[in-house]
Amino acid sequence: MMHRSGICHSCLKGCLGHRNNKHMEIKFQHISKRFGTVLALDDINLTARSGSIHGLIGENGAGKSTLMKILTGYQAKSGGDILINGKPVSLKTPSDAAKIGIGMLYQEPMDFPTLTVLENFSLGCPALSQEKFTQSLIGLTSAFGFQLEHNRLVESLTVGERQQIELLRLIHCRIQVLILDEPTTGISPSQKKLLFPALKKLAAEGVTIFLVSHKLEEVSNLCDDVTVLRHGKITHHTRTPFYFPELLRAMFGSVPEQKAKTTDRVTGEIILTMDSILTGGERKGLTLENFTAKSGEIIGLAGLDGAGQATFLRLLAGLNIPVRGAVHLFNRRLPASKMANSVAISLKTVFLPADRLEEALFTDISLSDHFSLRDTDSSFWQNTEKNSKRATEGIKTFSIKGKANDTADELSGGNQQRLLLALLNPKSRLILLENPTRGLDIRSDQWVWNYLTKTLAPESCILFSSPELDEILHHSDRILVFYDGAIVLDRATTMTNHDEIAAAMTIGRENVE
Amino acid sequence: MKQTPLDILKAITLVFSFTALVLFITDAPVLPVFHNIWQGAFASTMKFSQVLAVWVPLVLCSCGLLFTFRANLWNIGIEGQVIMGAIGGMAVLRFPGLTNPYIILSASFVAAMITGALWGLFAGLLKTKGGVHEIFGGLGLNFVAQGFILWLIFGPWQRPGIASMSGTELLPHKLWLTSPPGWRVAYAGLIIVLLILILAWLFLYKSKLGLKLKAIGKNPRAALLYDISPEGYYLLSILICGACAGMAGFIQITAVYHRLIPAISSGYGYLALLLVMLGGYRILSVPFLALFFAGLNVGAIQLPIVLQVDSTLSGVIQGCCVLSALFVLGLRMRRKHP
Repeated sequence: MMHRSGICHSCLKGCLGHRNNKHMEIKFQHISKRFGTVLALDDINLTARSGSIHGLIGENGAGKSTLMKILTGYQAKSGGDILINGKPVSLKTPSDAAKIGIGMLYQEPMDFPTLTVLENFSLGCPALSQEKFTQSLIGLTSAFGFQLEHNRLVESLTVGERQQIELLRLIHCRIQVLILDEPTTGISPSQKKLLFPALKKLAAEGVTIFLVSHKLEEVSNLCDDVTVLRHGKITHHTRTPFYFPELLRAMFGSVPEQKAKTTDRVTGEIILTMDSILTGGERKGLTLENFTAKSGEIIGLAGLDGAGQATFLRLLAGLNIPVRGAVHLFNRRLPASKMANSVAISLKTVFLPADRLEEALFTDISLSDHFSLRDTDSSFWQNTEKNSKRATEGIKTFSIKGKANDTADELSGGNQQRLLLALLNPKSRLILLENPTRGLDIRSDQWVWNYLTKTLAPESCILFSSPELDEILHHSDRILVFYDGAIVLDRATTMTNHDEIAAAMTIGRENVE
Repeated sequence: MKQTPLDILKAITLVFSFTALVLFITDAPVLPVFHNIWQGAFASTMKFSQVLAVWVPLVLCSCGLLFTFRANLWNIGIEGQVIMGAIGGMAVLRFPGLTNPYIILSASFVAAMITGALWGLFAGLLKTKGGVHEIFGGLGLNFVAQGFILWLIFGPWQRPGIASMSGTELLPHKLWLTSPPGWRVAYAGLIIVLLILILAWLFLYKSKLGLKLKAIGKNPRAALLYDISPEGYYLLSILICGACAGMAGFIQITAVYHRLIPAISSGYGYLALLLVMLGGYRILSVPFLALFFAGLNVGAIQLPIVLQVDSTLSGVIQGCCVLSALFVLGLRMRRKHP
């Protein structure tokens, strides 16, 4: 009998029928996790019933993944207990978790791309003959309605297909607890249609499933229970049916009063236009029809991780070259073929990435040498005296805690950000900032924004992304919301609100109903 | 993290202990072997001049490699660049029209630099345009260069009447670089080495080029934000290295062998790679370590005759040096970041 979702129930029963019905109820008791001084998880109490699908939602950095990593033995907890069917268990390594039947399906496939589908399927399970593995794979693929060629190399498959193999492998290894980390980020809608009924069926067979997600619609389609985390704490717990505004409030906090703008910025002429852009990058690439920005504007880019804002900034910085479309920057038309980072720099564009040591600074190179590298004069020799003087001035002006001879990696995150701002050419007219206050304490945060708004903003256009909605609402004149590689909301800050943005970020449209 | 002199000392001690063990196992007399190596390298001015003759090309190659290592490139292809430099130099020396030896030698020197640099450029282009890792590109080009020199020696440039592994015909005396009487090292070679050492030091530590290469070596992605093109500087560094290797090839044909032989590079390119790594990629250690390696090389030559120990022992010692140095450095890094 073929179900309309594509799953053959009798086949599935055949495949899963031999499962030992060791149903597992997972209980987290007072779980806490500390990273240095940061409390990533604070007194988490949560029970997942066996055979249920339990959604875990929250902003980036809310603690969802950390909690799941503790359950899979990838990270040690700092306090509390995990109970399975009422008995405390010790999960020190991933193999401890695997032994008792806990498996995770990762957002990025954790497989062996150079091996075939069948080889990947047979890894990590008790050894069987190849014939038995083949039979099992045939049985499971047809039960779930997946189409996988056994001899194809995994590297030639889509992310969705790779997830399917991993899912079947976990089922074959008889997992009792399945954790899914953002399972739909990289897969097509049709693959989603195959995955969801498969998960429901598994739950019906008694498997306990955790679904970590940002996307409310998925959670409401799939889950029986939902727990919302925010800043490492549980802020909400509910059973189906779900009420979106309630979930959004729990995810993003109570709606703050719109703070009055500190300055009335005067915007100038249009300096940036983007036409019919199509580019790769992140999960869904980026598609833009038309976009313009004026000098004097501060534009906040909101969106969940991988929604397209990182690609957008890199595209303007000339680091991501689009497939088609054109950018007009300061009256110069740049078709896709002409875009390059040196062109962007020559057009007074500057980009400060979030990953400072990975993308913007040099380890083992002193602060004054960073100034020397930034120096645009054409002399052949380094002017040590001039650069160390400039570095000392920069250190003073930007209150960097460090000396001219210190290397960049010796600075704290906040001081690295100050260094980047000190290195920034003050004549820049298009300033692209990726999460500019990442890892900064409140004082540094205020200092950075003060510098950006008072010193740089009047003459230039600032585009910044941030995972903090409050930061975006507080500092921007205009807000863009990215969802699945497109801008779904583009509005003046005064014309929108917290709920509308949160909804656009999580469900791709502003209307939550 | 860089090697400290103490690390190098530790590594060398480790090497001698290990070599002693190898000698002990093979039943060779341990102390006499070390004594003989020393005697063979430094006992007389004549022998020391032989050490210097090895020292000159080693330092030249090492100086070139400092540039590529700085950009985090593994220019294994340096061996082929020495060979091609020697071929380029020899092509000019064989040119019939010229008579003035100074002009011929100068032109040969320039040609050697250019061919060495171009051979480096191939590896660089393979990397930047074709995505071929410089180690594989370089190795492949080494084989090509080796094949090419054999073809020349046994083909178009063979000695009249006989083609043999002993190489091409000897150059006329007027095309030999002048050496002090009885010495095997040319004045010009020593002057070139000193100049290159000074220039390399200036370029690497005092010019913006050196700083940019270092920046690219540390973080090519960040370099883009400073408008420094990693690809362009990869090519530049490998061109410089190839030119230095070409000079070494020129010295080999005009000061040491006075002809083209199949083993014209004498493995100095590979040896220089080891030497620069052992010295923690610092120019200051290059002349001293090159002297040490050259001494080992020359000193070990007489081992088979005097003690019936194979002269490849020097190769074992040199290889162990580098492995020990990397090991000592690795240990220290592990202690710092467990």
